[in-house]
Amino acid sequence: MKQQNRWAFWLLVPTLILIAVVIGYPVISAIVMSFQRDPVIGPDGFFTDGGFAGFQNYLAWFFQQCPAASGGTQACPAGTLGAQFWSAMGNTFFFTIVTVTLETVIGFWMAVIMARSFRGRGLLRAAVLVPWAIPTAVTAKLFFFMFAFDGVINKTFGTAILWTGSEWPAKFAIIIADTWKTTPFMALLILAGLQMIPAEVYEAAKVDGASAWQRFRMITLPMVKPALMVAILFRTLDALRMFDLPYILTGGANGTTTLSILVVDQIRSGFNLASALSTITFVVIFLVAFLFVRFLGANAVQSATGGKKK
Amino acid sequence: MKFARTIVPLVIGGVLAAGLSACSTSSLSDYAEQNLDGRGPITFVQGKDNNGVIQPIIDRWNSLYPDQRVTLKEQTDQADQQRDDLVRNFQAKNSNYDVVRVDVIWTAEFAANRWLQPLTGPMTIDTSAMLPTTVAAATYRGTLFATPVTSDGAMLYYRTDLVSKPPATWEEMMSMCPIAKANNMSCFAGQYAQYEGLTVNAAEAINSAGGQILDEQGKLAVNTPEAKAGLSGLVEAYKNGNIPVQAVTYQEEQSRQAFQEGNLLFVRNWPYIYSLASTDTTSKVAGKFAVAPLPGQNGPGASTLGGASAGISVFSKNKATARDFAQFLTSEETQRFYVNQASNAPVLAKLYDDPELVAKLPYLPVLKTSIENAVPRPVTPFYPAVTKAIQENSYAAIRGQKTVDQALIDMQKSMEAAGVK
Repeated sequence: MKQQNRWAFWLLVPTLILIAVVIGYPVISAIVMSFQRDPVIGPDGFFTDGGFAGFQNYLAWFFQQCPAASGGTQACPAGTLGAQFWSAMGNTFFFTIVTVTLETVIGFWMAVIMARSFRGRGLLRAAVLVPWAIPTAVTAKLFFFMFAFDGVINKTFGTAILWTGSEWPAKFAIIIADTWKTTPFMALLILAGLQMIPAEVYEAAKVDGASAWQRFRMITLPMVKPALMVAILFRTLDALRMFDLPYILTGGANGTTTLSILVVDQIRSGFNLASALSTITFVVIFLVAFLFVRFLGANAVQSATGGKKK
Repeated sequence: MKFARTIVPLVIGGVLAAGLSACSTSSLSDYAEQNLDGRGPITFVQGKDNNGVIQPIIDRWNSLYPDQRVTLKEQTDQADQQRDDLVRNFQAKNSNYDVVRVDVIWTAEFAANRWLQPLTGPMTIDTSAMLPTTVAAATYRGTLFATPVTSDGAMLYYRTDLVSKPPATWEEMMSMCPIAKANNMSCFAGQYAQYEGLTVNAAEAINSAGGQILDEQGKLAVNTPEAKAGLSGLVEAYKNGNIPVQAVTYQEEQSRQAFQEGNLLFVRNWPYIYSLASTDTTSKVAGKFAVAPLPGQNGPGASTLGGASAGISVFSKNKATARDFAQFLTSEETQRFYVNQASNAPVLAKLYDDPELVAKLPYLPVLKTSIENAVPRPVTPFYPAVTKAIQENSYAAIRGQKTVDQALIDMQKSMEAAGVK
């Protein structure tokens, strides 16, 4: 047994090294960088090393503190990236909660329809997948044109809404585009879960006189729950990293800046502060995933292997 | 085993991190002294060449100097990605990026990071025949860091069938707006979506009214009555409808479309729309428009300067060749080819009055006025933060979400927070 373990270890080493290089190194390097101050401009007009920062970069984000002209710090004025931290955090969670809820409900409904057997089911399943197959950047560009002031959406409904140019419409535009794009993903994962439920269970319930609603609530929901939770977990983690849709649709204007957009913007004006922000984002997403697995029983690995952990 | 599984990646990652950061200890300022007389093959890096203009130029150079071959490396056609690519290669001290195309707004930042070779001593470039504003945009703290290659300036496009003489001042233009109303169209638009183009437009409004964003020394100077007058002009025009409501979603293309469809009396745009609006089959204004300098307070306004320069990387091994190639890009022959092939605005002053070129591009004399009066965008190593401050606050002001006074105060404070003194 020992011998076998040793073998397994050596066989795994190449993979471990690969993971260390492509995941371990960037994460650790980002954390190291996040404790360095960004370069400062010297009297000769050239950048010099900022030196060790301690937790300053993190505190700067959490308390929205920016450097002041007199030295020291001040509350970040409007127009700095620092002033957007909490609103970006809020936007990210707002988008996540709203889109994941919509996608779950609509996706469930689509999955229930697709699970039935009827003529043209294969065609329907293929058609449903189309939005998911389109790259997000392309989807975003499509919706960008549709949501333009002279675009089809305003023309069709006879409205004159500045979709990408005012606060709430911009948020809705992003929600609509995201829901359109990722509902099929939800539908498919849920469909896979639905098909694991044996037909006999439903038949037995029917014989016992259970109504359609009862069958849904007492059989479908509990039995599809593992697959459903995994689908929601994946979507949530994905939505928390949302970048391309808002970046292309609005450029982050009108209250649509997400944490990822903020990170990318910050990279252009200071790597170290950006590293702190990406580390914060990483920890936030990690925490959400942890809570999901710990308290809601979503566990991708377990349900995939069918194993039980006690 | 469990121990190994979690610790091994951490240890390897840590060792790599420590190793890579240890590499970067040699001083950056030394590089600017090295390889000044190096000659040999070099690489020229620029964004995607949509007009097929750069390869013929390089071929010409290679036929003249076969022992100092230039190879072209094309990046994507997205400016942000081009910038990120350059930054990464500079950080890696890549000696294969010898000459790089630098957008006017990146020069100061790259220079302050000591990535660009100062063009002094044996590296000096002759700029005497160039438009002075293009040279100013490539100069950081009194030193030239890149060779201006192409330029760009905005012009006012107006409908000749509705307006007999173009407005010379902003006020005059606003007084012509009833003509637009009578013809059931909007009066004026620029680009007011929240992106780089808004910085350009807001800076034009401020500079045209005699204001500044940063002064000649690179110090903050935006919170002034002149700047307020300039920005207020835009804000009021948006409020009273002279600028249509959808203009806050306009980038260059949307404003061009609106003008081409006959929905705008005046539009502020770059020279590239001239040929499109003349030849596009969907254009309803072909033959019915002309260009004029942007209207200012008491005469021509101040366009924001566009364009690009050629910078020499301090990490290059063959800087003498790099310098000669940069100079070659500004030779009359090359500049003429840029105009003919790609309609790129030249940096050599005399080409704007060249009869052969003017016959081909009738807007050249107007463009010359525009570029001569142009103001470079703030030349500061903190440009990304500065443009963000301008965009967000002028956007809020135009949308009426904050007063012009407050917008200018916030702009100034945000730039201070970024490190501008």
